[in-house]
Amino acid sequence: MNVNKKLVVSCLMPIFLSACAGDGIPFWEDESPIVNVSAETGAESQAYLNDNTQLEEGVIVDKVSSVALGEQQTGRMSGFSTDSESLASRTMYFEYDSSQIRKEFIPVLESHGLYLMNHPNQTVILEGHSDERGSREYNIALAEQRAKSVYKMLQLIGVMNHQMKVISYGEEKPSNFGHTEASFERNRRAVVVYQ
Amino acid sequence: MMKQWPLYLGLLLFNVFSIGAQAELTIEITEGVQSAHKIALVPFALSNTEEIPVNVRDIIQADLMGSGQFSALDKASMLSTPTQESEVNYRHWAVTGQDYLVIGEIKKEQALYKIQMELFDVVKKQQLSVVNVSVEARSLRMAAHHLSDAIYQKIIGMEGVFSTRIAYVTSNIKANKQLQYDLYVADYDGGNAVSIAQSREPIMSPAWSPNGQHLAYVSFENKVSEIFVQTLASGQRKSVAKYRGINGSPAWAPNGKQLAITLSKSGNSDIYVLTLANLSLRQLTHSWAIDTEAAWSPDGKSILFTSNRGRRPQLYVIPSDGKGEVERLTFSGDYNARGSFSSDGEKIVMVQGGKGSYRIALLDRRTENTTILTQGAADESPSFSPNGQAVIYARRKAGKEILSLVSTDGVRKQDIKNTLGSVREPAWAAKVQ
Repeated sequence: MNVNKKLVVSCLMPIFLSACAGDGIPFWEDESPIVNVSAETGAESQAYLNDNTQLEEGVIVDKVSSVALGEQQTGRMSGFSTDSESLASRTMYFEYDSSQIRKEFIPVLESHGLYLMNHPNQTVILEGHSDERGSREYNIALAEQRAKSVYKMLQLIGVMNHQMKVISYGEEKPSNFGHTEASFERNRRAVVVYQ
Repeated sequence: MMKQWPLYLGLLLFNVFSIGAQAELTIEITEGVQSAHKIALVPFALSNTEEIPVNVRDIIQADLMGSGQFSALDKASMLSTPTQESEVNYRHWAVTGQDYLVIGEIKKEQALYKIQMELFDVVKKQQLSVVNVSVEARSLRMAAHHLSDAIYQKIIGMEGVFSTRIAYVTSNIKANKQLQYDLYVADYDGGNAVSIAQSREPIMSPAWSPNGQHLAYVSFENKVSEIFVQTLASGQRKSVAKYRGINGSPAWAPNGKQLAITLSKSGNSDIYVLTLANLSLRQLTHSWAIDTEAAWSPDGKSILFTSNRGRRPQLYVIPSDGKGEVERLTFSGDYNARGSFSSDGEKIVMVQGGKGSYRIALLDRRTENTTILTQGAADESPSFSPNGQAVIYARRKAGKEILSLVSTDGVRKQDIKNTLGSVREPAWAAKVQ
């Protein structure tokens, strides 16, 4: 597992560095670099797709999730017709004080990204959440970064900005009301909510 | 020598809170009753009425006991029950080891309750003060708190906080299994609690205006974060910030004319100064990192905030006019957040995290020493009492979020028991003279 995490970090870094490229222009208002970034990072995207195929997307996603998250099921879209298991998973979980997307959730985001590209009128809200530890307003900011990581990845895949809206709830809307590490893991999440 | 303190209460200030229900929160001392002043509070005499809706004497006793600085003589141990000066026999109180004696009379005249309270020094055998208060029934509780302040001031030599107010947020799962969030305003002890805003979406970060007349807070009621300013007397409110992204962490400037807030409209969380008169914005911080949780220094010249620009959250300070360098204030521990200044500006209270625990810590700006005040696992949202002697904060006890008080020397600890479900984010209002 540790090796995998390091891989994710090293894969994602170039994307974020180029996406954030220090010019101070918010990524959703700065159209031109996005095109470049998409082009530049085609190789990384392809790498994810290769990973997916090796992992047998969907099945493995659930398996990884259940290893990381215990017996509980990952979130499901209800009343939504889909032929993809990944598309039915709409919750991405994060490490403590981190907004880096974990490797096992990349196929999930790929599926959502492809679906949204094919359905340009479909919009989603990207919710950011944190666990309860630490101060509440800091958690609002941290959870927003999680939702924005999802935003950036979907944007790189090709989803249009107007299809996505970010909202951070911090620790205010836990999905699990326990106070154990297992609960905290469930609550450090970003959720793709179809409108 | 005797000092008369006529107080005429029951006016405008108290009308706001007159619809308060029963006290849902009560103070329970958990640690640190020692070297307390011994005080006997004789049941007050009633005239022209059989009953009084609020037991003034009991509230005064609870206030003084709750401070941890007094221990009260129980009624059964009293050798006499004087209600006026001429009936006081100092020996009756000296023999039971009392330092101070309080007696009182409450006279009902039409709608008014006229209270006279007398305080005596048992050791010196002298009257210290006489306080007169006239109030309507609905303000009896507040009158009792003012009387507690008078006793505290006389004996401790410092302003009491018994007549101050707090705001806090609750969340409860309702019968329909939906969460409801409430913003409450209450007496410092949780009495007179009134919900001033309700929503099915989160309410956060209440902040008192310096004059105690307004509260700024964050509400998600419109499915986005939004900052409102609500006037307590009228209940009127105004949306003051609804930008794309985060609208959070409002903090009043000492002049009451500006709010420091957190916005993420430019891509990530930064501190802005919002002028309330015209809602104009000035961006104060410009980092790539998270900057949030602003708090003004008492002189209004600098703003304290939390930032993870050094990778982990730490406290920083910046001149409020933006002209000057950002200075890092905390270096011990890998998580220091949500700082605020004491009213003299010399101390900063904050949340300090480490090894999976989050505790309330106090930074002395002169000595640069940091003292840990609490030992909880999930202590948060500290707020100084107006006299700087205590900090109110939220903690988890037996899986439930409650409010607690800790003295700034860390010795005295009190829980505020509640029946309101999850209670958090206490904000202590300044004392309004």
